[in-house]
Amino acid sequence: MIKETSVCICHMEFVKVDGDDLGDIVLYALSTCRWCRKTKELLADLNIRHRYVFVDQLDKEGKNRAMVEMEKHDRSGSFPMIVIDGKDVIKGFKEDEIRRLAKR
Amino acid sequence: MTIPHMVDEMTARLRQEAESRGYHLNPDADAVNALVEGLLVNIERYGYPSCPCRLSFGEKDDDLDILCPCDYRDADLDDHGACYCALYVSAAVHNGSEEVVPVPERRPPSEERGKAETTTGGFSHPVHRCKVCGYLCARETPPEKCPICMVGRERFERFA
Repeated sequence: MIKETSVCICHMEFVKVDGDDLGDIVLYALSTCRWCRKTKELLADLNIRHRYVFVDQLDKEGKNRAMVEMEKHDRSGSFPMIVIDGKDVIKGFKEDEIRRLAKR
Repeated sequence: MTIPHMVDEMTARLRQEAESRGYHLNPDADAVNALVEGLLVNIERYGYPSCPCRLSFGEKDDDLDILCPCDYRDADLDDHGACYCALYVSAAVHNGSEEVVPVPERRPPSEERGKAETTTGGFSHPVHRCKVCGYLCARETPPEKCPICMVGRERFERFA
């Protein structure tokens, strides 16, 4: 049973997913993107506590805020993007890297 | 019409168009289903089929390069065996001899888009000619199959 609650930060509504605390794990995703969906499912399967946001479902201001945040970490601003403790980044559905994250 | 019906109908149309032009949809039916659903969501909310795996602000002029099929599809098929979202795959992936792997984003960052320049007195890309039907295309390599007459890449010559 996945426990989700929502929190709003700077026009960005994040959904918090409960699990093991491995630090601040943030997933930027698109609701229409299959790779994003796989990433989200894998984080849940690995029981990693995280928060995610479907950037495509935000208003223009929220989308801009999300892009600014994402581009701080990677200029491509591509989805899905996992940001770990505000510094490390996993770009795209990199299954091995996400699984390694669970073993930290 | 219900969403599943629309997904099926659009998938059938995309598959027919792809196969008749030498392209292939992903053999993973669930993947295609999810991606076509994403395209339909984007048509509904933006009015055009922007890539389901890329962010749109709903401004069509800014998204012309990511209308499906996107400007980056053919180069990604060449280099990675699939387009960015993996709706389209290479022949090798289609016949099962290669697998789909995540494709890195080829689209330039927003501030660099639309700045492609042509060189004075020349072309911005090599031009390839299908020796069978004369089809010309300006891109780094010829397509896997000629979209007009369906012959293979090896039948192309460098034209300019």
